[in-house]
Amino acid sequence: MFKKILSLCLAVLMAAACLGMVACTDMNSGEAKMTDSPLPEVELTKDFDVPADFKIGFILLHDEASTYDLNFINAVKKVQAALGLTDEQIVYKKGIPESNACYEAACDLVDAGCDIVFADSFGHESYLLKAAEEHPEVQFCHATGTMAHTAGLDNFHNAFASIYEGRYLAGVAAGLKLNEMIDKGEITAEQAKMGYVGAFTFAEVISGYTSFYLGAKSVCPSVTMEVQFTGSWYDENLEKNAATALINNGCVLISQHADSMGAPSVCEEKNVPNVSYNGSTHEACPNTFIVSSRIDWSPYYLYIIKSYCQGTPIAADWCGGAEEGSVVLTGINENAAAEGTLAKLQDVAAKLKSGEIKVFDTNTFTVGGNKLDTYMADVDTDAAYTPDTEAIKDGYFHESEYRAAPYFDIRIDGITLLNENYG
Amino acid sequence: MKMHEKQKREPLLRVTKRDSMPIWKSMLIRVIAVLAAILVCAVLSVLVLDNVDFIKFIKTLFSGAVGTPRNIWKLGKNTAVLLCIALAVTPAFRMKFWNIGAEGQTLIGALAAVAVAYYLGGKLPNPVLLVLMLIAAVLAGAVWGGIPAIFKAKWNTNETLFTLMMNYVATGLVAFCLTKWCPSNGSVLGALPHGHLPIILNEYLLLILVTLVMTAIVHVYLYYTKHGYEISVVGESENTARYIGINVGKVVIRTMIVSGAICGLAGFLIVGALDHSITTTSVGGMGFTAIMASWLAKFNPLIMIGSSLFITFIQQGAAEIGSAVDPAFPNIIVGIVLFFIIGCEFFIGYKLKFREKAGKSEKGGKAQ
Repeated sequence: MFKKILSLCLAVLMAAACLGMVACTDMNSGEAKMTDSPLPEVELTKDFDVPADFKIGFILLHDEASTYDLNFINAVKKVQAALGLTDEQIVYKKGIPESNACYEAACDLVDAGCDIVFADSFGHESYLLKAAEEHPEVQFCHATGTMAHTAGLDNFHNAFASIYEGRYLAGVAAGLKLNEMIDKGEITAEQAKMGYVGAFTFAEVISGYTSFYLGAKSVCPSVTMEVQFTGSWYDENLEKNAATALINNGCVLISQHADSMGAPSVCEEKNVPNVSYNGSTHEACPNTFIVSSRIDWSPYYLYIIKSYCQGTPIAADWCGGAEEGSVVLTGINENAAAEGTLAKLQDVAAKLKSGEIKVFDTNTFTVGGNKLDTYMADVDTDAAYTPDTEAIKDGYFHESEYRAAPYFDIRIDGITLLNENYG
Repeated sequence: MKMHEKQKREPLLRVTKRDSMPIWKSMLIRVIAVLAAILVCAVLSVLVLDNVDFIKFIKTLFSGAVGTPRNIWKLGKNTAVLLCIALAVTPAFRMKFWNIGAEGQTLIGALAAVAVAYYLGGKLPNPVLLVLMLIAAVLAGAVWGGIPAIFKAKWNTNETLFTLMMNYVATGLVAFCLTKWCPSNGSVLGALPHGHLPIILNEYLLLILVTLVMTAIVHVYLYYTKHGYEISVVGESENTARYIGINVGKVVIRTMIVSGAICGLAGFLIVGALDHSITTTSVGGMGFTAIMASWLAKFNPLIMIGSSLFITFIQQGAAEIGSAVDPAFPNIIVGIVLFFIIGCEFFIGYKLKFREKAGKSEKGGKAQ
């Protein structure tokens, strides 16, 4: 009997403690303030008719549990609402691996009557291409791929976004924060070192962290950066360890290009400001989240559906930018960001849109102490990754112009790679 | 007052082994189990998924599996791949060697085939390349199966843990090779241009035919050869086998090499006929599902055609119902169906006896 009473008491105590903790965290997050976005999502307008029998199919690598796929699914929902498509007009194939299963899923979608088939993962490409060859009457669109501009098929298309513009803006916010820390005397100008947790050492990530760094450098000239790679798109522990190592190494601000909450949560724990990616981490990190950039795929969906319905060709290689609404930023968290960040970002966003600012302006960075005048990039896919296209012209590196998927892979001065990881 | 006589208390339920049961009766039980399983799945689907009612569930289950010519071919192809791996695990299981490493043995075979296609593709004529891919895959699978068997035979290591561990090593090797082969592509190899098996009618038919031939070969091997007999004896009793002069260690190693080699063949078929590429999940858990197919068929290769077809049918039909909602849903359906079938096998082999009430005559077990 005594034991029963004791255990009952303990259970009540534990429940009370849990409630207390919940109440405490609630109080903390209540104070957070978010501004409007300096680069908000665009409104989708419907200025064409969609036939009642129109159907579009989506092949997804995982499901909503992955932030990567969730971003695509949210964009589908947005375009569905804007165009008034019924649930029957949208067919999902979730959890499709990067194998022949992707080809089979694509054929299933064709059999189900889809007019457009879209796949979201890099490794889906060769299998989607095979389906495209067999079904010339259906349009096949693929995110992040590289083969469409050389494949020579009328019905196979690649798409990406100039996300480096979003990263550049996020970098400006980071630079302003560093300036604030220098002004307050928390760090010296030489101690303005950022840390970056990257997934893999290849162009998509290199292009991302370099544009982030250049954004910060545009307002804080003394900034340096260290990059640690995890070798995985999603590994919470590795990302946590990498962020912790960077912070212990003296980095005073962290950003990341990987899909888990690892890096942001370490930053919140250690009270280090964080610039996020692929959606807001504000709720989990109310005191350290500054701003986040991401790709909004809904303008592309609108574009392909409109092209199909109006009978105009879809571009083989489409790259959306700030102008199209493909690159968006969240609001700015005033608890963490420097004062005046919103106004500055709005200003820079306008200049990016007008072309006044080029992210990869060769006057703003050096390689081995020298300005870069020429660089051959690997734009056309081949097994040996041969550089084939001159990318520097008119004083800047033309990223995502000759092919939507990023190909900027230059190691510039000021950024130190702590390791390399190709997967 | 007899109520508190403790010594008279016997368990409410007792399990006793059945002597035998007529075939028709055991088949009836199995059919009832499958129907009950489908009923439960249907109820679950109606409760969990939007826009699904009972009729639609049944209709989608069938249309997903055999609704279009493409789906029928796909059913045949998926059955063949599963059957091929099930055939591979069978000899070892008949020997009561619990090999759960078919996943890794198939994957390593696929990796060997891809490696040959990657390094020699375009340098050799396609038929030569294909033969080399086949040899490499079969050898790799045989080695992967042989290693745990040698350790078992020499030092009596636990084959279940060993073969399981070899799966992880195989997965790690694939990840490592992908890192080497495609550093700037995020470890995505994509379909290779060379080393494709010839297309007869479509890309699935050849694979199906090869598997059917393999089924016949494995059947003959198990039932009509000395090797097959030795496997059965070792499976029944190692001591008996030793007594009649069978070298148990040799049989264990030889049989696992055969198992691994057939897995390697399955890996070659996956690469040559379907994916032309490899990822760490190329086998996709079929190495484990195959154990189920083999066990359901009582380790008989001919019955295995049926059990593989059945599992694939349910899988493919369930995928049609659930893949738009959640990729995990088809697995839930397959899990429920298998649960019912395994459950009914128990009731076919054993019967339950309830505690008899005083004064009543013996009551039969509630088996069905």
